Amino acid sequence: MRILLVVVAVIALGVGATAYALRAPDEVPVAVEAGPVELTPGRLLFVDDASGRVASVPLSDPGGPRRLSTLSCKRFFTAAKQGLCLADRSGPFPGSVSIFVDESLTETNRIDVAGVPNRAKLSPDGRMASWTTFVTGDSYAQTGGFSTRTGIFDRETLLYQSNLETTRIIGMKRAEDMNFWGVTFTEDDRSYYATMSTGGKTYLIKGDAVDISAKTLRENVECPSLSPDGKRVAFKKRVPGDGARPWREHVLDLTTMVETPLAETRGIDDQVVWLDNDTIAYGLPGEGIWAVRANGQDAPRQLVPHASSPSLVSPK
Amino acid sequence: MYIATARQAPASGGTGRIAGNVLALGAVSLLTDVSSEMVTAILPLYLVLGLGFSPLQFGVLDGMYTGVTALVRIVGGHAADRWQRRKLVAGLGYGISAVGKLGLLAAGTSATAMGLVLAGDRTGKGLRTAPRDALITLSSEPSALGRAFGVHRAMDTVGAFLGPLVAFCLLWTLPARYDVVFVVSFCFAALGVLVLVLFVRDHREVLPRVAVSLRNAFGLLRSRPFRRVCLVACGLGFLTLGDGFVYLLLQKKLDVDVAYIALLPLGTAGVYLLAAVPMGALADRAGRWRMFLVGHLALLGAYLLLAGTSGIVLLAGVLLLHGLFYACTDGVLMAVAGPLIPDELRTSGLALLQTGQVLARASSSVLFGALWTWFAW
Repeated sequence: MRILLVVVAVIALGVGATAYALRAPDEVPVAVEAGPVELTPGRLLFVDDASGRVASVPLSDPGGPRRLSTLSCKRFFTAAKQGLCLADRSGPFPGSVSIFVDESLTETNRIDVAGVPNRAKLSPDGRMASWTTFVTGDSYAQTGGFSTRTGIFDRETLLYQSNLETTRIIGMKRAEDMNFWGVTFTEDDRSYYATMSTGGKTYLIKGDAVDISAKTLRENVECPSLSPDGKRVAFKKRVPGDGARPWREHVLDLTTMVETPLAETRGIDDQVVWLDNDTIAYGLPGEGIWAVRANGQDAPRQLVPHASSPSLVSPK
Repeated sequence: MYIATARQAPASGGTGRIAGNVLALGAVSLLTDVSSEMVTAILPLYLVLGLGFSPLQFGVLDGMYTGVTALVRIVGGHAADRWQRRKLVAGLGYGISAVGKLGLLAAGTSATAMGLVLAGDRTGKGLRTAPRDALITLSSEPSALGRAFGVHRAMDTVGAFLGPLVAFCLLWTLPARYDVVFVVSFCFAALGVLVLVLFVRDHREVLPRVAVSLRNAFGLLRSRPFRRVCLVACGLGFLTLGDGFVYLLLQKKLDVDVAYIALLPLGTAGVYLLAAVPMGALADRAGRWRMFLVGHLALLGAYLLLAGTSGIVLLAGVLLLHGLFYACTDGVLMAVAGPLIPDELRTSGLALLQTGQVLARASSSVLFGALWTWFAW
């Protein structure tokens, strides 16, 4: 009798779980148009929520129908008509792959990376590439804890630094808990800004990819993104608030070191991109891609619904 | 005042039948562990990839519940003894964790809700452990207690082994469907509760010789043998490196890709799984306390290997000794302590011991973590 009950329960639960798993996913109402996704100036590239593939819209009509490619990425970035796609390569264990693509999104090169995809960026001329992944278990505290791994790849010399952890921080003792993430390159293809965390604090660092050294500039700066004119960085700053995304996006003037909070009050957990010298764009989980002025004024506006990881094909 | 109800019997146990209750509890643990390890394996991925949580912060969130669990354990153990309802309290613990799996679906993107669900899950785990172990001791021949715990822990570890496998296979066939993983996890947990309800018999001591109160529970510490067990277990617990730390050191020394760090616990679990029953039976014959100490020698051996060897010797040796450490200590300690506690306070006593051990290990983790950060290498 008891055995029978268990058997009935196994069957009932099995059928229920299968029915749940096979239930059709909710349809997302987005308009799609036919046509190739190419890195042509004026188009905004992003990752489509529903399909997980790279898609594009004209920046002049970001809410309009999108074109879908066949390239699946968690994170996509484009500069100088070249693309960097950080994709999921998870088998039984998490893994990522950095895929370089040309103007027509055709793969030219790939590098396997450990961990869960998080950030990807190219230098303005497309030569330097960097990505950040999250690795579980790489922490003394807990299994389930995360640490970051950030790699830098020079596409000209083919020099590959798989983890910034070896970077020497000028004036600071090397510590085991140093983590690096969110690299943004300057125009010289050598120096970069990034976040380094140690001892529970985050720092804006300015690094040198050739020397493998860096110096700290400022505290409480995460995921910096350098403006096209190279004079400011947009970054997320930790503020008291919601436990999940306790950040407010700010812009720091690198000359005066004055920081300005932006008008977006929702917590941004993203490495934002600059659409031009006055506007940044970013993804909000479940709310699509938004843009806001970089001077702290005007309300944010939605660019693309059901999308993340924006980046703009620049005119040059 | 507290007389041990059963002295450790010499050289007789080891071959008798394992009580049906122990097997039933083993099956419950197996199913529950499949369920919980499924979630543990993918939760970080889900929070970060699925919900866009900040990973570094999740680590902090995760670490905060140890204190809560400790309190729940003591209170749960006490309640189980006071009303002599061990099955009910254990069932409550299993039930809360099962419902929590659905809570993960309902929590959505809210950090607060997610925190509450995780706290609930820990509470469930804290509640069930002591009454379950008390039931094992009360259902088994005192002379074969080590073996009984060995069987239970082996079944438990089978679940821990299968859980991540099930989860990753699901994610493989249904990419990004974390919700399906939670639903399947709930199904396993629900089956566990059902098996508990149908097959586990409660042990209710009708005539307590002493009043069951929290004071009496802590009063157990006045009994010398039990106090000694608690002190030594906590002391050794304090000297034990967290598992994560051992695997991290192993990964650093072997210089393998960090992605493979997730495979290392499977090695330990495999050894534990195979050695739990033989070591438990051996403990019954050779002395459980001795076995407990030998287990820690194995751990010391693992640390020495970490410090002094490399290559395959390091990898195989450390995982073998680490697994043996668990096989010789985890269930065996309960088998040592069980008979030292009067039946009617069995749950409270075991809860006390487990709490002490958990807190000792947690503080050692914090301390080693700080040292690790401080003395960078």
